[in-house]
Amino acid sequence: MTAVTSANTAAGCAAPDQAAPLPASVDLEKETVITGTVVADSGEAVAGAYVRLLDSTGEFTAEVVTSPEGLFRFFAAPGTWTLRALSRHGNGDATVTASQGINQVGVTVA
Amino acid sequence: MSRDTALVSADWAEKNLDASGVVFVEVDEDTSAYDTGHIPGAIKLDWRNDLQDPVRRDFVNKQQFEALLSERGIGNDDTVILYGGNNNWFAAYAYWYFKLYGHGDVKLLDGGRKKWELDARTLTKDPVSRPATQYTAQEPDLSIRAFRDEVVAAIGTKNLVDVRSPDEFAGRLLAPAHLPQEQAQRAGHIPTAVSVPWSKAANEDGTFKSDDDLRQIYGEAGLDDSKATIAYCRIGERSSHTWFVLAELLGHQDVKNYDGSWTEYGSLVGVPVALGDEPGKA
Repeated sequence: MTAVTSANTAAGCAAPDQAAPLPASVDLEKETVITGTVVADSGEAVAGAYVRLLDSTGEFTAEVVTSPEGLFRFFAAPGTWTLRALSRHGNGDATVTASQGINQVGVTVA
Repeated sequence: MSRDTALVSADWAEKNLDASGVVFVEVDEDTSAYDTGHIPGAIKLDWRNDLQDPVRRDFVNKQQFEALLSERGIGNDDTVILYGGNNNWFAAYAYWYFKLYGHGDVKLLDGGRKKWELDARTLTKDPVSRPATQYTAQEPDLSIRAFRDEVVAAIGTKNLVDVRSPDEFAGRLLAPAHLPQEQAQRAGHIPTAVSVPWSKAANEDGTFKSDDDLRQIYGEAGLDDSKATIAYCRIGERSSHTWFVLAELLGHQDVKNYDGSWTEYGSLVGVPVALGDEPGKA
């Protein structure tokens, strides 16, 4: 029998599956979730893009790879954040002022 | 150690995919990326299932490491090229294990999986198997591994480098921002630790910055060359990245990785903790 672990235990530090539904253990009364889709100029979702979350000073905070549907998700804190996406289709940025709960933001790469 | 002995470029890797005595190894915590396509000929190591003890909080011991490498077909004389996702964090962690167990020739692929993908280099789903070997590991080299008592004793005496993000350092976040934040441990950092996020050492494509840039970054952060250094993060993999930079690229002496890191330290009863953006006092 294998020990049961989840991505938010001490054992793990890698980014979980970006397309998976929010785990039931995530408390939206406490979490500030920043989520959205990376799209190309054509409007097509970009899978496999590298999305970095930068804090208000431009410092790197986290990075995830978008799901087949182009989705990404971060657990941050209220405040201003920059999203920076790198992909084979090009790169792009977006800024979001996040508050507690779910914050939607899209990033276009060109 | 130096960049020439510890690091290979993606161009070098592409030219040496079939070179005899060279083994490419993809290392990740979530190895599903390997299954969707890997560097041709590369085998995989699962950071959790292959490299962690399944019961205790520790990594594999000498015998487990020998059995693993023998079964995967890595020989003592092979040149091992490690790469992975997450900006090579887990590959750097594996590099540190290979060094700890005395492997002769091990290198990181600069930029890891990210640069390889962004460059649109070849990935394949072809299964890879290598004939088993009889791998012999050395006794663990504890001169590169720090334990908690040593870390507490290092407060105010050695260089402590906290490589987590500024918000984790200050205690505003408990985990990297791609993970939920509820954790058992207290927030903050080890008093007197300087904050140099691992990401300062890397370009956005995942490659390492130049030696001159790296020297300047750690110099300006107040790292004292004449002192021993202990690097830590949350679980020890981002600090392996910084350990690699300090020990293997810049050649600093007496650099240790504290793999217990904040998930251990932040749960210890009675140890000092500093909050806020400043290192704090001993």
